[in-house]
Amino acid sequence: MSLNSNIPEGKLEEKWIKYKSTVPLVNPSNKRNLEVLIIGSGLAGASAAASLAELGYKVKCFCFQDSPRRAHSIAAQGGINAAKNYQNDGDSIYRLFYDTIKGGDYRAREANVYRLAEISPNIIDQCVAQGVPFAREYGGMLSNRSFGGTQVQRTFYAAGQTGQQLLLGAYSALQRQIGMGNVQMYNRHEMLEIVKIEGKARGIIARNLITGELERHFGHAVLICSGGYGNVFYLSTNAMGSNATAAWKAHKSGAYFGNPCFTQIHPTCIPVSGDHQSKLTLMSESLRNDGRIWVPKKSNDNRNPNEIPEEERDYYLERRYPAFGNLVPRDVASRAAKERCDAGFGVGSSKMAVYLDFKFNMMRYGRVEANKMGIENPSENEILKLGKDVIKEKYGNLFDMYMQITGENPYETPMRIYPAVHYTMGGLWVDYNLMTTVPGLYSLGEANFSDHGANRLGASALMQGLADGYFVIPYTIGAYLANEISVKPESTDHQAFVDAENSVKETIEKLLSINGTKSVDHYHKKLGKVMWDKCGMARNAKGLQEAIDEIKVIRNEFWQNLRVTGKANEFNPELEKAGRVADFLELGELMCIDALHRNESCGGHFREESQTNEGEALRNDQEFSYVAAWEYSQNNWKLHKEELKFENIKIAQRSYK
Amino acid sequence: MSGNMNLTLKVWRQKSNKDKGNFEEFKVNDISPDMSFLEMFDVLNEQLISKGNEPIAFDHDCREGICGMCSMFINGRPHGPKEGITTCQLHMRSFADGDTIIVEPWRANAFPVIKDLVVDRSAFDRIVSAGGFVSVNTGNAQDGNAIPISKNDADIAFAAAACIGCGACVAACKNASAMLFVSAKINQLAHLPQGQPERMQRARAMVHQMDKEGFGACTNTGACSAECPKEISLVNIAAMNCEFVKANVVDSHE
Amino acid sequence: MGAFSFLINSSIGKKIIMGITGIFLVVFLAVHCFVNSLIFVNDGGELFNKAAEFMAHNILIRTMEIFLFLGLIIHALQGMNLTFKNMNARKVKYYKFNGNANSKWYSRSMGLLGTLLALFLILHLKHFWYVSRLTEEITSGEDTLFGEMKEVFANPIVVAAYIIGVISLTYHLLHGFQSAFQSLGLNHRKYTPFIKSLGFWYSIIISVLFAAMPLAVHFGWIK
Repeated sequence: MSLNSNIPEGKLEEKWIKYKSTVPLVNPSNKRNLEVLIIGSGLAGASAAASLAELGYKVKCFCFQDSPRRAHSIAAQGGINAAKNYQNDGDSIYRLFYDTIKGGDYRAREANVYRLAEISPNIIDQCVAQGVPFAREYGGMLSNRSFGGTQVQRTFYAAGQTGQQLLLGAYSALQRQIGMGNVQMYNRHEMLEIVKIEGKARGIIARNLITGELERHFGHAVLICSGGYGNVFYLSTNAMGSNATAAWKAHKSGAYFGNPCFTQIHPTCIPVSGDHQSKLTLMSESLRNDGRIWVPKKSNDNRNPNEIPEEERDYYLERRYPAFGNLVPRDVASRAAKERCDAGFGVGSSKMAVYLDFKFNMMRYGRVEANKMGIENPSENEILKLGKDVIKEKYGNLFDMYMQITGENPYETPMRIYPAVHYTMGGLWVDYNLMTTVPGLYSLGEANFSDHGANRLGASALMQGLADGYFVIPYTIGAYLANEISVKPESTDHQAFVDAENSVKETIEKLLSINGTKSVDHYHKKLGKVMWDKCGMARNAKGLQEAIDEIKVIRNEFWQNLRVTGKANEFNPELEKAGRVADFLELGELMCIDALHRNESCGGHFREESQTNEGEALRNDQEFSYVAAWEYSQNNWKLHKEELKFENIKIAQRSYK
Repeated sequence: MSGNMNLTLKVWRQKSNKDKGNFEEFKVNDISPDMSFLEMFDVLNEQLISKGNEPIAFDHDCREGICGMCSMFINGRPHGPKEGITTCQLHMRSFADGDTIIVEPWRANAFPVIKDLVVDRSAFDRIVSAGGFVSVNTGNAQDGNAIPISKNDADIAFAAAACIGCGACVAACKNASAMLFVSAKINQLAHLPQGQPERMQRARAMVHQMDKEGFGACTNTGACSAECPKEISLVNIAAMNCEFVKANVVDSHE
Repeated sequence: MGAFSFLINSSIGKKIIMGITGIFLVVFLAVHCFVNSLIFVNDGGELFNKAAEFMAHNILIRTMEIFLFLGLIIHALQGMNLTFKNMNARKVKYYKFNGNANSKWYSRSMGLLGTLLALFLILHLKHFWYVSRLTEEITSGEDTLFGEMKEVFANPIVVAAYIIGVISLTYHLLHGFQSAFQSLGLNHRKYTPFIKSLGFWYSIIISVLFAAMPLAVHFGWIK
């Protein structure tokens, strides 16, 4: 099958406008008979479920958590971008589009990204109307902050809890539709199989996680909004339950997987403290506005950071990237930290950390405050105290969080940070309509591959999830469903449902009957280590080849020596985890295969073979200016390429020097 | 490693909602003070699995204090001995070597136990469904800056909206009352211009649903706010009472 | 819901009734305490007796008395109702509940304190109200209310019972005073601290005065 991205004809700025006014519509009485199944209730899932229900479709929404409000979108801290230009600083739809394409290292589709930028202002309006309490200025107007990789202030935020507030907005819209009976919500349910009839997605098999019962649900269309797969690395900033299972089942049912190797490693996370660690915690990127990153100039320096004099510190980001300094994009900052630590300059007991130091800016703020208060010749301590108060006001909650986790006081000693897996740009391949290669099967939000190319800019994930759910899918799904109005709901006794359910049952029984000696987490940790070491921040052909072999071995062991306690027909978290890790063990291999084939460095994907003399990432546009879409067939993958055409942007090597 | 702890855990075990349940005692050794409380449970569960026993079921997800899923009642307090944090943010350095720690699920009729430490909090969702929203369909919003909102009001609304719906308020309250949760949502929207059109209706509907779910009434002990991981203020409850009186006495609509 | 049926049917309505009747009783207590404190003038009960006489015959006071009883009964019944309902909201109790970590013991024990107060009231009404209103003893001039006081408080057991009653009252008020304002929705950054300290001092002063009465009479500090 050849890949057709279905991008509308016409000028970039007119594509979406024209599309909206020519897309086939479904009349209201027909909508009532069309059923849509939505997997996941994060920003993309909840906004899509609410919006489609408002239009009149019959919606069923599924989430594995105990409430849709707990989806991991809730943990996003920093903010959401929108080309509102409220700050009068020269922002525009084109600029947001340009920044996103450039930030993504020219590996995203122009038309999709432009649409995203075009829709972005509507998202803010919609959220404000829902009662999302964005930060405001004293005059009552919306406040903005700046973020990495951009030169304008276009990020809207609600303290350090923007994701939470946006999700609660979408959640309230969803709950409203649930209350009205337009959406049926299935909490503590996990989708375990796609049901296809005559090549089209027609339903799912879901497991009720409380009773263990398998349920069959029919739908005229199925939307996968289940988030990213960062947990393939075991340690990541994702929630413990975040998983790839829904997307992976979709992939194995025929949906191509796009750019699986594109993962984002976030530079400012709290470092690993020991083997017991179950997850990593992000410290908002906004900290880089006031924190300076450094390591000692001497390797293996065990002195207390406060005892290391200024001239013996290496502010390596400022040294390497004088133009952007500490505010370089995430991928660049992460790699630079790894480079220093690998070279033996890391700090802390594990030596896998760098300092994020606020003292310089505390002093700067302190002097400003002292000036404001008219204190003459303030002492060093007075200045520091005043400066601490300013920092506390800005980042108090983050500092408290750091203190809680590490037991160290970041007001006194610099924070220790290290990069951690945070987001996956790759995902199910979708066309302009957000439809996968399976008719009727869509993918929204982080679960799809679409808008961020090889690296996502800060504050763009929330934007994309909500754009897909609120403003894209309500139009694009009509294009498909308009032709489905005569399709009567299929009985769930149909053979396709029976077969799908049997295959799920078989897998569950297999997992429970291995009766080996090792727990699910044991294998998950093993996989994570291989992925992090060989398919993490820096990759090379040899390592990737090894990783592919090692993953196969782990997978084999998993299916031979796994121990899952409990039964199938009960609340059984171990069984849930087992199913998810089984999928990660396949996805991990595909990620390595993709990383191996893409012999260039771009965005979050850094191939050691492809770098400049100075160690910067080197893209290869001649050979790799395409989306890698992988087709699954019988434990093997076939590569399809979607060429990326840049008609409105001149591609250039990224430079933040 | 030095400084590591040996602990005794007394944990509530209950197979299902129909089971009666009882406490079970476990020993965990060599626990690092840097572990989170839930990571200590991971260690315990690994220990149980290796012996072929069933691990303890507990709710958890984000492990960074924002999703509201984790919910352990530790030594007589929701989310354990520290203020302003969730169970997942509690670290073992808050305990001492040799401690006995008692862990129970949230207890309230409105939060039935599903298994071990896992309870059903869908009552909260139903309360939100009753009126915890602004009825604005996608697409019919005006410009975000069209109505200025004073910073003060935006900040108050935000402080109320910080609620993560974990249910610690209910768990802490001697009456198993959900008023802090409900009032936070009512007060958030009452402070925003977007919440005005449905303000009265919202107060009535949400309180009505809250009562229907079987939560107790508020007797102003303040335990909810003291234990709230997001430190939601009691002022919200007072404000909700006002809203509710207005909605029933002043408002002319049924 | 009908215009006022919410007061009876909703959880918030119920606590508002508690608040309104509570504040009403607080006002009554202040008057009661003031009148009774006249014994401390130490004039052999003359002024106090005059005031008691006035209270017993003034038509307005007598009418208010009906409302007072009504308020008291509603407060007690509604309190009982709420207490049982609230106890029932958690059928399976905690094995370990560390309430002291997050709230005051007396805030959590209003039902118990109220019950003690109710028992005390039965005794108290029998001692004074019954005698002054429903018998001819005092109106006929046979005895005075002050005389009655001397008689009742001669018994040390009664004095002890009164002290227990007053202690219950102190703690009931310490929570109840500010709680009533919170229930009525009166919580304000500027005024609540004032209400809270007012409630504290009110509870202390009223209690000290009330406790001093039986003690003073019993030990003959006043003649």
